[in-house]
Amino acid sequence: MQANPLVQLTLARIREFFREPEAIFWVFVFPVLLAAALGIAFRSRGAEVVPIGVRDGAGAAEVAATLERAEGIRVERVDSATAYDRLRTGKLALAVIPGDTVSFWYDPTRAESRLARLLVDGALQRAGGRPEAVSVRSQELTEKGARYIDFLVPGLLGMNLMGTGLWGVGFGIVNARQRKLLKRLVASPMRKSHYLLAQVLGRLVFLVFEVGIVVAFAHFAFDVPVRGSLVDLAILSVLGAMTFAGMGLLVASRARTIEGVSGLMNLVMVPMWIGSGIFFSTERFPAAVQPLIQSLPLTAVNDALRAVMLDGAALVVMPGELAIVAVWGVAAFAAALYLFRWQ
Amino acid sequence: MNGIALRCTGLVKRYDRVVAVDGLDLEVVAGECFGLLGPNGAGKTTTVEIFEGLLVPNAGTVEVLGRQWGHDGHTLQQQIGIALQETQFADKLTVRETITLFRSFYDRGLSVHEALAIVQLEEKADVWVRKLSGGQRQRLSVACALVGDPELLFLDEPTTGLDPQSRRQIWEVISEYRSRGRTVLLTTHYMEEAQRLCDRVAIVDRGRVIALGTPAELIATLGAEHVIEFEAESVPDGDVLAALPGVADLRRDGDAVLLTAKEVHRAVPALLAALAAQQVALTRLVTHHATLEDVFVALTGRHLRDG
Repeated sequence: MQANPLVQLTLARIREFFREPEAIFWVFVFPVLLAAALGIAFRSRGAEVVPIGVRDGAGAAEVAATLERAEGIRVERVDSATAYDRLRTGKLALAVIPGDTVSFWYDPTRAESRLARLLVDGALQRAGGRPEAVSVRSQELTEKGARYIDFLVPGLLGMNLMGTGLWGVGFGIVNARQRKLLKRLVASPMRKSHYLLAQVLGRLVFLVFEVGIVVAFAHFAFDVPVRGSLVDLAILSVLGAMTFAGMGLLVASRARTIEGVSGLMNLVMVPMWIGSGIFFSTERFPAAVQPLIQSLPLTAVNDALRAVMLDGAALVVMPGELAIVAVWGVAAFAAALYLFRWQ
Repeated sequence: MNGIALRCTGLVKRYDRVVAVDGLDLEVVAGECFGLLGPNGAGKTTTVEIFEGLLVPNAGTVEVLGRQWGHDGHTLQQQIGIALQETQFADKLTVRETITLFRSFYDRGLSVHEALAIVQLEEKADVWVRKLSGGQRQRLSVACALVGDPELLFLDEPTTGLDPQSRRQIWEVISEYRSRGRTVLLTTHYMEEAQRLCDRVAIVDRGRVIALGTPAELIATLGAEHVIEFEAESVPDGDVLAALPGVADLRRDGDAVLLTAKEVHRAVPALLAALAAQQVALTRLVTHHATLEDVFVALTGRHLRDG
């Protein structure tokens, strides 16, 4: 039976990839390890207990006893020098100096210290007989989807789509060019379009695994939700993967050496690692650079992934993001085909 | 297939300021094994890559199997087999996978099994390319060139850097292919390879053909078949040596003197007698059959390996 060249080229690509232990690690294992490490480090830990110091002296015992009955405060008795030391090193959020007028020592630029001041002040005032002016009832909400791990996992997925797209496509091509294999292939009756298409098809096969593993791990280990439809998630992943594959093709279109293409890839990826909201929200950047940040393909991919996974949004409500990703993809493919050097 | 398999006229290829091929004319007859012989940088590879359609010449015409590159490109690629200098196939594909990949590009050709058998790599079929020796890699390269069952085979320095046994294995493959009436164009800087495999040889130097013919014809241009090479304490008078019986030509190569002779059995005793008469002692004396190397030295004053 005559083997189909496109199938054979794609198979070759897939075999080469799966026989490369480093590739397996970076694409499949690394994102899971990263999700696990960050998920554990930033897990939710119930309500924080704020450490308070009560300076020894007249009235200290009464103040300490009052505060120990209050919620969310841990009390220790300290002398002046210790209070100052422990405040300075962040081990105490606030020190209380008892007396006719009670004094607070604290650093108002620390959120924890401001919280401590409110709690301590409230507890002392209530103990002193202050009536509640307004009646309040609290309802506690701790919801899946609002934790850091929930924010992180779609970002990691986006990062992985970018990394595998650029590396998976770019590295293979430049390697073949450097080894003069590309030249040998071009001397054969192989269709050039088949070669390029095979790189992209191979990419789609890895995609199934890399997205599947991260989403499944996040779901089972951390209960990270996928509220939108899996079909939308799949479409979005394919779109993102295609765009980054196009960018991989572009960075590989001329580079003759692995060193050369590595530099180009970092040039493309580092700004997006920092700017595209993988580990922290893009809202932290000043308004002046927002247009730039928002026009990056990874920003659009990450925003769309979060919308689908966390908000349960459908793709139709995010034409802006999809358009940004698609425009990058089409432009990258077009430029790559124009610039591509086979020898 | 009869007639001309390859033809080029007035071929010129320049890289920046370097002229790699400088007005080269060539005709290769269908069914022959034709050798391009010359030092490194002579323009052999550039010429072959123009024939293979990989390079476009600055001037001149090229005809391959009666067609031209450009519009007939894909058809031509289906009919030729190519082994480039230093192709490194993918490390982590097996021999069989690599040949299967190349087979898939051709409309017709050998089975993967046949290709493996021709180059005797059946035992290595499922081994990664990375684990192959230099000779085995070169045979894989030839297998990929043959798997489309080409009319015309291009081999660019197929045995450079190989040990003698691997070299002979490649020669056997080429001879077997030739015996089926197919055409081969090979480049080499090994004289023995050209003499053994090639029906005709073009000696190429600085982008031009400086001699063309069968190996025997080229050697015959030296005027004699044997070379007597000697060194002596002092160099004797050249006129005396040239006048020795049976000596056709005299050259100097560094300290050595090379006499081209028809009859060694008459020339050597005469040489020894002449040296004795001048009271010059020999420090070295060897004789060998004239080779294409001697032809090249006679034409250029340089050795092939000097580059």
